[in-house]
Amino acid sequence: MSGRRLYLDGVSVVFDGFRALNNLSLIVEPGELRSVIGPNGAGKTTMMDVITGKTRPTAGRVLFGETDLTRMDEAGIANLGIGRKFQKPTMFDALTVFENLELALKAPRGPIACLRWKLNGEARTRIEQTMAEIGLTERAQDLAGILSHGQRQWLEIGMLLMQDPELLLVDEPVAGMTDAETEHTAALLVRIAGRRSVVVVEHDLEFVRALGRRVTVLCDGSVLSEGSIDHVQNDQRVIEVYLGR
Amino acid sequence: MSPPSPPTRLRLGLRAGLIIFVLLLGFMPVLNLLPAAHPLHVSDFLVSITGKWICYAILSLSLDLAWGYAGILSLGHGAFFALGGYAMGMHLMRLIGPRGVYGHPVLPDFMVFLGYQELPWYWLGFDSFPFAMLMVLLVPGMLALVVGFLSFRSRITGVYLSILTQAMTFALMLAFFRNDMGLGGNNGFTDFKELLGFPLNTSGARAGLFYASLVALVLSFLICMRLTRSKYGRVLTAIRDAESRVRFLGYDTTSHKLFAFVLSAMLAGLAGALYVPQVGIINPGEFSPTNSIEAVIWVAVGGRGTLVGAVLGAFTVNGLKTWLTSAAPDLWLFVLGGLFVAVTLFLPKGLIGLMKGRKP
Ligand SMILES: Nc1ncnc2c1ncn2[C@@H]1O[C@H](COP(=O)(O)OP(=O)(O)OP(=O)(O)O)[C@@H](O)[C@H]1O
Ligand SMILES: [Mg+2]
Repeated sequence: MSGRRLYLDGVSVVFDGFRALNNLSLIVEPGELRSVIGPNGAGKTTMMDVITGKTRPTAGRVLFGETDLTRMDEAGIANLGIGRKFQKPTMFDALTVFENLELALKAPRGPIACLRWKLNGEARTRIEQTMAEIGLTERAQDLAGILSHGQRQWLEIGMLLMQDPELLLVDEPVAGMTDAETEHTAALLVRIAGRRSVVVVEHDLEFVRALGRRVTVLCDGSVLSEGSIDHVQNDQRVIEVYLGR
Repeated sequence: MSPPSPPTRLRLGLRAGLIIFVLLLGFMPVLNLLPAAHPLHVSDFLVSITGKWICYAILSLSLDLAWGYAGILSLGHGAFFALGGYAMGMHLMRLIGPRGVYGHPVLPDFMVFLGYQELPWYWLGFDSFPFAMLMVLLVPGMLALVVGFLSFRSRITGVYLSILTQAMTFALMLAFFRNDMGLGGNNGFTDFKELLGFPLNTSGARAGLFYASLVALVLSFLICMRLTRSKYGRVLTAIRDAESRVRFLGYDTTSHKLFAFVLSAMLAGLAGALYVPQVGIINPGEFSPTNSIEAVIWVAVGGRGTLVGAVLGAFTVNGLKTWLTSAAPDLWLFVLGGLFVAVTLFLPKGLIGLMKGRKP
């Protein structure tokens, strides 16, 4: 598959004089699975905010293939094929698990199209497959608002899959999950990558090790180190600011 | 495992209740024909006031679509209602023809009084019923389109949007008070004679308007039901609860909100158009901000986010109002305010929520 590469080119974000991102440059190749780690406040979530159009950078460009994302709005970026799972799981609590997935399912997004929308067999099958994948088949008709934290994480991942994106941005997917669930998530993300690019932000180093791919360490809004997990864990600067604490 | 949750017993019960209610309403003009001494006789007063409440119920439904489903708390829906009413009023004025006090063949009385020589351009066409009906929908719809587009695109939501819509209706009220608007100034329009060839102020016309309103209510209900039961309805609820999340799923929330807001304004306009011939007058007071706020209270009391709730709320609160304004006129505003506070604090899902009982 000839996907598009994600290229952050010297991106800075300044909040009231505070540099959350500081001349950050990063390349994620098509089909790559990239882990991003870094201490609290390093700018990991802000980086995702910039890619998805939630925050406008003060300087720099974000290229997805040839397209500059900094000129687009959230919906436009999402429709370009960039999906996001939020650090704090957010879904629609007044809708059921099934309905949440149905809303996320890739389909025409306009009011009239939604009004005319009929759930056909193909769509239903895709939703059911995803529910099986995220282990929520039994909860299909339950409101999302009554799910446990771990299940909410899963539902968010499911919604991301339904969008069939080319690039997935996954912010702290395993927070609140049991060890078994964490393993399952790692396997799922590894399986997804290759067909799509995946950027995972995570604190859990065991999880990052399980993913076993290239790791980027962010600190104070820019890249501190990059390479395999072993390389990164032995990097003196990384040990100082992050691992050694 | 069926995707749309199966209708609960409560939902079925409410639906049955609503159908029975509509049928009962349908009998009122018939029972009005019985001799006054008959125990089942329904008075003229009751028929005409119920006809008004039906229009209010349509307004309530339209507001519920915007607020209860899409989360757009409009404090200016009375403006759409009034604009629909004015469009209908302009038609009724044109139909008076030479029967006005001044006997001018074309110009309404107030224009003769103000020294107009000819009809202003925006009065042209209003002698035609289909044109006037089109305006009943288009004028409120266009206003909603413009106000909605500007505010939704700039991501004005919540309190700010509410204040903006309230300011909109207030500004319109001030504008319509002016004589040079050519819309009757503070007296508005009245002394209507006929509609579609039928003289008004007869029991036949009253019954006709009553049934027209009832049909409009049922149709509005069905339209809203079709909308809210579709995926579009679920997108609206999702926008209401977490708009930015919906954007990240790739939905252009502005166009979704706009669609609901414009449709809602059109329904409100329809309600106003049916209301005016029944009460026989329309004036700028109809734009008063308190009217819009009252409509919000109907929806809140009935239960926002449920269509039956919107209808229930409109009838309950207005029934209470009619009773109280004759029993203790000074109390009404306090009761209305108290009702809103009580519902907000203790019954966030309104009367419908009360029936649902313990459901989450
Ligand atoms: N909207 C905002 N306004 C002001 N400051 C912000 C805003 N968003 C983020 N920040 C600041 O920017 C810095 C980076 O935040 P960010 O959320 O990107 O960190 P993070 O790496 O995701 O941290 P964590 O591991 O805790 O999730 C933090 O110091 C945060 O307080
Ligand atoms: Mg974060």
